[in-house]
Amino acid sequence: MFEATAQNRRNLKVEGLFRLLFLWMTCMLILPVALILGVLIVRGGPAISWEFLFTQPLNNMTAGGILPALVGTVWLVVVALIASVPVGVAAALYLSEYAPDNRLTRAINLAIINLAGVPSIVHALFGLGAFVIFFRFGTSILAASLTLAVMTLPVVIVATRESLQTVPLAFREACWNMGATRWQTIRKIVLPNSISGILTGVILEVSRTSGETAPIMFTGAAFFLPFLPQGVLDQTMAMSLHLFVISTQVPDVPEHMPFGVALVLISMVLAMNGISIAFRVYLRGRKKW
Amino acid sequence: MSVPVQASEAADYAIEVEDLAIRYHGKPALSSVTLQVPSHEIFGIIGPANSGKTSFLRAINRMDLMTAGMEVSGSVRVEGRDVRSWRNPYALRQRIGVVFPLPVGLPLSIYDNVALSSRLRGTRKKADLDVIVERCLRRAALWDEVKDRLDSLGSLLSGGQQQRLTIARALSQDPSILLLDEFSIAVDPVTTMRIEEVLAELKSEMTIVLVTNLVQQARRLASRTAFFLTGELVEVTETETMFEGGAQDPRTTAYVEGKFG
Repeated sequence: MFEATAQNRRNLKVEGLFRLLFLWMTCMLILPVALILGVLIVRGGPAISWEFLFTQPLNNMTAGGILPALVGTVWLVVVALIASVPVGVAAALYLSEYAPDNRLTRAINLAIINLAGVPSIVHALFGLGAFVIFFRFGTSILAASLTLAVMTLPVVIVATRESLQTVPLAFREACWNMGATRWQTIRKIVLPNSISGILTGVILEVSRTSGETAPIMFTGAAFFLPFLPQGVLDQTMAMSLHLFVISTQVPDVPEHMPFGVALVLISMVLAMNGISIAFRVYLRGRKKW
Repeated sequence: MSVPVQASEAADYAIEVEDLAIRYHGKPALSSVTLQVPSHEIFGIIGPANSGKTSFLRAINRMDLMTAGMEVSGSVRVEGRDVRSWRNPYALRQRIGVVFPLPVGLPLSIYDNVALSSRLRGTRKKADLDVIVERCLRRAALWDEVKDRLDSLGSLLSGGQQQRLTIARALSQDPSILLLDEFSIAVDPVTTMRIEEVLAELKSEMTIVLVTNLVQQARRLASRTAFFLTGELVEVTETETMFEGGAQDPRTTAYVEGKFG
């Protein structure tokens, strides 16, 4: 008959221990997320109203709404997207589809990964020097968005490249062998089968920029503006900076207001993520090979 | 399509290879291959894995340009013209159809798979494309099975059907040379026989180079057969002679009799 040996019993015990350990770590991970969301909803929820979302701040930002900051953040994210997506996708296409696999290409890839690790305050100072001063855009949506774009570029490139690489090499080879150029292959086969993945990645990454504070602080976001931006050369308020300002710089702000701003900001990011997750689920449903 | 005018003496050979050597990142894969493939013949290439058969095919349609680290030396002439003298390698590749070991149905509809090559060359008219698609699918013995679902994905067909789709796609290039690389590796025996019948018919219109892992397939189809072994060409012999013990090299005889490989 089969009899469990001492070694078998020991293995079983260790197995149980590790399972518990990993479960515990997972709970530790979920805890802060749940706490943040819970606290924001409980304490910021009462602040949310049509009036809060769609009116100007009043009384030195201690009352009224957040409309200029909300609109400003949308401006910043959209202009940053317009600037970073074409450049990032084109660069990823070059690196993935055209560039020979040599030392230079590997160095460039390494540089891109490192660029993603540059602290945002450094990007902020770069944006100040390059866009505000050198290109004379002044402190404006344009300068701030370009700074955000430079900051997200590496992530856009990496996300795009990964998406391109999910298209099997055999498809490219089949096209090349029938006389297609690299561009024809990209247009007919590679892009149609990776564009949705690219967009998913890009939305996900750029939604993160909506929360960035340091890069826009020096380059285009204003402390307080009583009007909405009319164009890309205007300054603007932004949600993230507004949150910083009313939490630390302005006295006598009612407690629910910063929580309300944080809740709106996090809801925007989650909504963007939701769109990109929905996209991915939709794609999984119609696999082509 | 305009066919370049060639010296008449060269026209007898579809492919002439002289002292061909291929290296990947400096490592030799094939060396000193010299052979000629006459027009309108099925030319068989047999040999065990890693003998350089696929590399040989890649050198013919200049896929070395798309392959990192692949270097080709010696000369390859297609229809009398050195392939390296084509300033536009894409035009060269359009004249050469290629079929791969594992069927590659592109993630397009069946119709679009076959129409792709014509579209790449600028054919836009639906009526023209319809004619091309039907003709090529018929010739690849696939039309009857797919005519009612031309809009479904080519990449989701069965292996055997995808391989015939690949052949239809290669034929849609209107090639003068067809390169087949172990096409039957992922195909059931019945489909293999059907494809072999198709190839026998196509011989009158184009030159076919058939790389195969099945020596009997070479015997059934090829008029002459080359035996590649570990990166060198052992010999090129009339297929019948080779299979009836008349090979010049004892290694060839051993291989076709199934003693190794």
